[in-house]
Amino acid sequence: MIIAVASGKGGTGKTTVATSLARSLDVQGASLLFLDADVEAPNSHLFLKPEIEHTRDVGVRIPEVNQEICSLCGKCAEVCQYHAIAVLGKKVLVFPQLCHSCGSCTLMCPEGAISEKQNVIGVLEHGPAQDGFRYFRGVMNVGEPMALPIVRLLKQWAGESDESQVVVIDAPPGTSCPMVEAVCGADFLLLVTEPTPFGLHDLKLALQIAAKFTIPVGVIINRDGLGYQGVDEFCAEAGLSIIIRIPFDRSIAEGTARGRTLLDIYPSYKTAFQNLFKEISNYGVGSRWPRP
Amino acid sequence: MKIIISAAAESIDAEVDQRFGRSANLILVDTESLDWESFRNPGMAASGGAGVKAAQFVAGLDPDAVISGDFGPNAYEALLAADISMYIFNERVNTIRSVVKEFKKGDLIAVSSPTSAGKHGS
Ligand code: SF4
Ligand code: SF4
Repeated sequence: MIIAVASGKGGTGKTTVATSLARSLDVQGASLLFLDADVEAPNSHLFLKPEIEHTRDVGVRIPEVNQEICSLCGKCAEVCQYHAIAVLGKKVLVFPQLCHSCGSCTLMCPEGAISEKQNVIGVLEHGPAQDGFRYFRGVMNVGEPMALPIVRLLKQWAGESDESQVVVIDAPPGTSCPMVEAVCGADFLLLVTEPTPFGLHDLKLALQIAAKFTIPVGVIINRDGLGYQGVDEFCAEAGLSIIIRIPFDRSIAEGTARGRTLLDIYPSYKTAFQNLFKEISNYGVGSRWPRP
Repeated sequence: MKIIISAAAESIDAEVDQRFGRSANLILVDTESLDWESFRNPGMAASGGAGVKAAQFVAGLDPDAVISGDFGPNAYEALLAADISMYIFNERVNTIRSVVKEFKKGDLIAVSSPTSAGKHGS
């Protein structure tokens, strides 16, 4: 059972929900995995307090030009659709942050002047969370533009999950490629949103991604009670279940800012999340999206 | 001296374009004769790496200097490698002609580092 927690934009309480869900589950330590795939701004560790035991680099392959063999023919620059390699004056320059590691330049160089080298763009970390379950996260180096390879490797590193395992994924915010990669393969998608016009807009965008995978979706409204009804009306009309409502509440805002999960603040959330999980497992809640 | 200036349209009397990689046009001017030639900026339509694409094009024209409102890190590195000096507009410039005038007076500032953080992948 893989549950991805996502939201159309950052700062909606996605990590609060994901970490609270993981901490609520009474699953044997080794059978529960938490993956923080929000590699640009991972902060689930503040809530789960893992003890990192393993770390490894994430590298992508980028071209390296042997200027001595290079004839400055320009073929590499011509084939690179990302303009990540260019012939400038008397040398060929590679721009690692633009490179998508497609390998075309190496393949097309008539002189065999290009080889590939490893460029480290981030790290993966793994170790037990404070509650004992297995915790994984990817962290992208500051200034790196490409999160996708890190999310992909993070999922590979965590391994194929089997039926008995429960995996909670904190997906990157938005609807970009890294988010799609994180959500891909999930059995259930929890979308966290706020009851505002912006929240509704972002929810609709996230649903477009859900539609690609036709996975069941449930909505969680955070900061409920702001007075805007648009999200409720939209969900009612679209047949989407609103699974949990987290009220706009000062203790919650202050608690989560200090790294406390919902169940640390209000213990009743433990039962709420356990029920949510039970129902998800039985497909009792959530809506196929798009609806058949 | 041959200089290249980022422009919003195809003439020496066109307004300047503050962007380098994504300016509409690049105008090559001979500072003595004021002969000029306008080129479409191939970086403008690039989905990514506009600065590099524009810089590579500029390097092919082999000017002594290039003048624009902003050079991101990739464009900066590329032009530096091609040994082309970079200058930025001052507040007195509006048309390409006025840029040439300011440049000849020595009133434009040479750039020795990227002038913006740039937009990765865009
Ligand atoms: S590997 Fe692909 S993206 Fe990278 S420089 Fe070569 S052609 Fe461009
Ligand atoms: S294709 Fe090879 S030989 Fe041609 S410019 Fe690129 S690196 Fe040099």
